[in-house]
Amino acid sequence: MQRTLILKTKIEKDRNFLFRLTNEHDGLWAIVTVIPSIIAIAVFVYSFIIWNGYVSLSKWKGIIPNYAWRGIQNYIKLFNTQRFQIDLRNMLVFSVVFIGGCLVIGLFLSILLDQNVRGETFFRGVFLFPMAVALVVTGVVWGWLLSPGNQIAGYIGVNQLFEWLNLDFLINGWYTDRTFGIVAVAIAAIWQMSGYVMVMYLTAIRGISISIREAAHIDGANVFQLYRYIIMPNLKAITLGIVIILGHISLKVFDLVAAMTGPGKGFATDVPAFFMWDTTFRGNNFNTGAAIGIILLILISFLVVPYLIHLRRSE
Amino acid sequence: MKNEGLFAANIKKIRMSRIIIYGILIFFSIIYLIPIYILFTTSVKSFKEVSLSRMWYFPMEFTLENFKLVWVGSVEQGFNGLGRMFMNSIYVVIPATLISTSVGSLNGYVFSKWKFKYSNVIFSLFLFGMFIPYQSILIPLVETMRRIGLYGSLSGLILAQIIYGIPITTLIFRNYYATIPTELIESARMDGANFFNIYRHIFLPLSIPASAVVVIWQFTSIWNSYLFPVVLTTSPKVQPITVGLVNFAGSYFIKWNIQMAGAVITALPALIIFLLLGKLFIRGMMAGAIKG
Repeated sequence: MQRTLILKTKIEKDRNFLFRLTNEHDGLWAIVTVIPSIIAIAVFVYSFIIWNGYVSLSKWKGIIPNYAWRGIQNYIKLFNTQRFQIDLRNMLVFSVVFIGGCLVIGLFLSILLDQNVRGETFFRGVFLFPMAVALVVTGVVWGWLLSPGNQIAGYIGVNQLFEWLNLDFLINGWYTDRTFGIVAVAIAAIWQMSGYVMVMYLTAIRGISISIREAAHIDGANVFQLYRYIIMPNLKAITLGIVIILGHISLKVFDLVAAMTGPGKGFATDVPAFFMWDTTFRGNNFNTGAAIGIILLILISFLVVPYLIHLRRSE
Repeated sequence: MKNEGLFAANIKKIRMSRIIIYGILIFFSIIYLIPIYILFTTSVKSFKEVSLSRMWYFPMEFTLENFKLVWVGSVEQGFNGLGRMFMNSIYVVIPATLISTSVGSLNGYVFSKWKFKYSNVIFSLFLFGMFIPYQSILIPLVETMRRIGLYGSLSGLILAQIIYGIPITTLIFRNYYATIPTELIESARMDGANFFNIYRHIFLPLSIPASAVVVIWQFTSIWNSYLFPVVLTTSPKVQPITVGLVNFAGSYFIKWNIQMAGAVITALPALIIFLLLGKLFIRGMMAGAIKG
């Protein structure tokens, strides 16, 4: 009896010993596996951000790097540049129209598709496929669709459709409009992304348990009341997620502007991300470009970091 | 009798609301398909049909000449063929997709099942890398590529696409592997399997669906990307197709049917993937649209 017990503990010990040994090795291999990625991200993301921050405080203009210190002056000058002021305003207008449009259309379509419609897969596909289209293609096509034309030579694109449908009051200059040109870019972006919002909402709505819906039905709630008081309050969390995702996209929008309009007349369709590329790689104002990059990074961090922390906590 | 009338009225009401629902859905579908209508009809129109005042008209005859012209380019119209750039995109997208997917799979395995000290913090730092505006790292990126001699080359672009793809691929794999029970690992280790055995014989075979999602996601986002290509490649010899398209969209000399044919060629690979593998694409999108 005692012997077997001793033997058993011995085996146990051996096994534990072996286990620990492989355990340590495995832990080591795990770290070795991710080290190349850690180094890559540390260099290409974090050290580059610091490097770029340094450039933004330097005197570097022109093709040859110049790291002589200039300081915060670069930022002050940037904020006093008319183009950058217009860009910030455009970015704000774009964000509001783009996010608002996506939320309203996405929610509306998801509610419609939630009504047991036939051909749901077809409709979903139609609303969603723009997401797979390259932004530069969207830019080229919408840039043409929203070309205004004029009364004398004849309207073209969407304006021409409005003319045929006797909706003349809708005819406008789209992206050639000096004040609201950026809205035309936002419309193309809504076409691209609203299907994504629809899918997110539809998933969330379907995630609300059927028993809650049935209870509301038994209590005599009509369809409108069901959505107003039962479904919508349950969509708050997903709406926050969508706003953050769309918000960070609208701060970064570049491809669409580059392909659709460029900076536009009087910078009507210019945005900071495009200005950065333009002034850095066409104008060789590396310090200004770096400063714009840092400002964009700070803005996006305000949006994303609290959200990431919130997500990690709730995990 | 009265009840019957009520019943009939109800059915009428339901029918009415059904008609309205389908009406609105069809209306929206038409609007969403308008750009595609213009894209495809214009791309098959001949030069004599392509006038601006008739841009909405259905083509009277179909021609594939535009695609031929746009593929090989034209000296007298002064533009480079997109054919070569299409191939450049292929040369970038295939290695970059495969490598970033493999790296993400291994990373996800470690971050989900082999947590080490600070691994959660490191993973969060990876995640943030997914959100950064690339404008904030472009200048150091170009400088580094210059110094290591990869600026303006396909390999430089491939390297950038791999590295900046790591956060998203790691995230998708990590979330997928987190659903695999840890007991499976423990019992495999009892049987003497080590870190790599477990990956090869348990995780790799189980991760085929996740890999498909990641491959599709990476393929479409690298194929469609424009910022890295336009900054890191300088000559048409190595430029991907998105850069080629924007370059000639900016030209006033190139007719619209040619531009639209170019746009069709650029959009097609990602669109075909969406049409064939839409479900997997949506799954990637749910995890990956945060990339923007």
